[in-house]
Amino acid sequence: MSSNIVVRHGTDLREDEMVRYTLKERMCHWLAGISYLYLLASGLALFTPYLYWIAYILGGGGTIRFWHPWVGLLFFVSVMWMHSIWKRDMKITADDRRWSKAVKNYVTNRDDQLPPAGHFNYGQKQFYWAMFWGTLVLLITGVLMWFPELVASRAHWLMPIMVFLHCTAALVTIGAFMIHIYMGLFFVSGGLHGILWGRVPVSWAKAHHRLWYEQMQRDDRSRISSSSFKPGADD
Amino acid sequence: MSNSLLEIKAISGHRGGTPGKGVSRDYDVCKLVDTTTCIGCKACEVACLEWNGYEFRDTTFDNTYQTMPSTEWNFWNLIKFNEVEDDNGNLQWLMRKDQCMHCEEPGCLIACPADGAIVQYTNGIVDFNQANCIGCQYCVTGCPFNIPKFNTATKKVYKCTLCSDRVGAGLEPACIKSCPTGCLHFGSKEDMLNLAHNRVEQLKRETSHKNAGIYNPGDPNPTPGMSSPGSIGGTHVIYVLHDKDKPDQYSLPADPSVPFFVKLWKGPLKWLGGLGMFLGAAALFGHYVRYGPKPVDEATTQGRAKE
Repeated sequence: MSSNIVVRHGTDLREDEMVRYTLKERMCHWLAGISYLYLLASGLALFTPYLYWIAYILGGGGTIRFWHPWVGLLFFVSVMWMHSIWKRDMKITADDRRWSKAVKNYVTNRDDQLPPAGHFNYGQKQFYWAMFWGTLVLLITGVLMWFPELVASRAHWLMPIMVFLHCTAALVTIGAFMIHIYMGLFFVSGGLHGILWGRVPVSWAKAHHRLWYEQMQRDDRSRISSSSFKPGADD
Repeated sequence: MSNSLLEIKAISGHRGGTPGKGVSRDYDVCKLVDTTTCIGCKACEVACLEWNGYEFRDTTFDNTYQTMPSTEWNFWNLIKFNEVEDDNGNLQWLMRKDQCMHCEEPGCLIACPADGAIVQYTNGIVDFNQANCIGCQYCVTGCPFNIPKFNTATKKVYKCTLCSDRVGAGLEPACIKSCPTGCLHFGSKEDMLNLAHNRVEQLKRETSHKNAGIYNPGDPNPTPGMSSPGSIGGTHVIYVLHDKDKPDQYSLPADPSVPFFVKLWKGPLKWLGGLGMFLGAAALFGHYVRYGPKPVDEATTQGRAKE
């Protein structure tokens, strides 16, 4: 059995590759991602008449009104799961603050003038927290909007505020989501590959998340494929 | 009202042109409820159920004449009973027919996201089209009178249609037809306002209700003797009240308006949100064209410049 594929954390690694995301992390990410896409499409259909055609594609207005809350619950569960996995990784550190001061260099591809980032850079963490808090607001307001007939008879004044907050929180997450999609699909080459199959080249890790790469070198060599175990194999 | 179907084209034995040719009276319909002559007999409740084909609901007995606390999805017309003391300490037993007010600026229609689920006719009737209703109940959120009601079985919302089916055929609404005291009237808004004003004058002249008046919330051109609180542009159901300044005594809202947050959501938020998404996408595209994807090489490896 001499194969040059090493399996680590549910991820196939070839030479000079690293585990960027474990299988669990990927599953969690895509559960959140796919449910969010449905919520986005069905929510936008109800947001403006110009996008109500989406409702017909998704089975009609009554159908999306039925599924949107259920998929919303699924999204909430996936975000909570994600929180249990990434909560510690998402803490804003002193390194992040240094990085954030030089964010202009990141946006303009002058990464050599950027302080090194950890497993997640400051922008990714900001996206995470926007989504996390947005999800909490969307959940609370959404549950009330699920059964307005129960709320309206007792506290009619509450419903317009709930709908407004739901809409506002959704727009905030949409703004963050658009940037996320742009980064993953277009701006950061290799990023999508990483979140799909979990592996990134060691050179990619060093280029984009150097602190994380160095930490993996020290603490968790199980994330790095065998060839890079050799001393002096990098640099 | 179908009078427009009966425009005069020609008349017999008449010298010269045809008088009235091409003339049609364009008017809004209106229901006038005179609370001072309502006896709470609930005939209008029964007529409403009969015409619209609903069975009488189970009533809730609370030691008063109140049939049930509020209108329901299959009970669109409800007499509200209120016992209040007037300024002289005299007991007043007030009865008011509660139903959809058919607002000129309908909060339900403004809030509704479903294409064609709520229709406002030029004659003022606001009608729900259940075939297009998706059951989200945003209309419940937008209504200042708590009128639209959800049917949990059909997942659709229902309310008084002002008998749009009867009115379209030139008939008056079923409730009007059944009223034994003549406290209910139906006609053009102009005529109903005139009738209401005459009644108010009579009440002031002949009774102790010196502050009698008309409840016509949000009317942009209020006349003396009319109470027009709120901002819903007038309603196509108006009331004569014993005291026009105390609508809450009749469980009528003192300040009916489309909720502020509904306006904010359906107005600025919708446009700013749409504009933001559009400009955001454009900005991201512009960024891609200017800078392109991040290359992975030594020159773009973080922190190299400082080494």
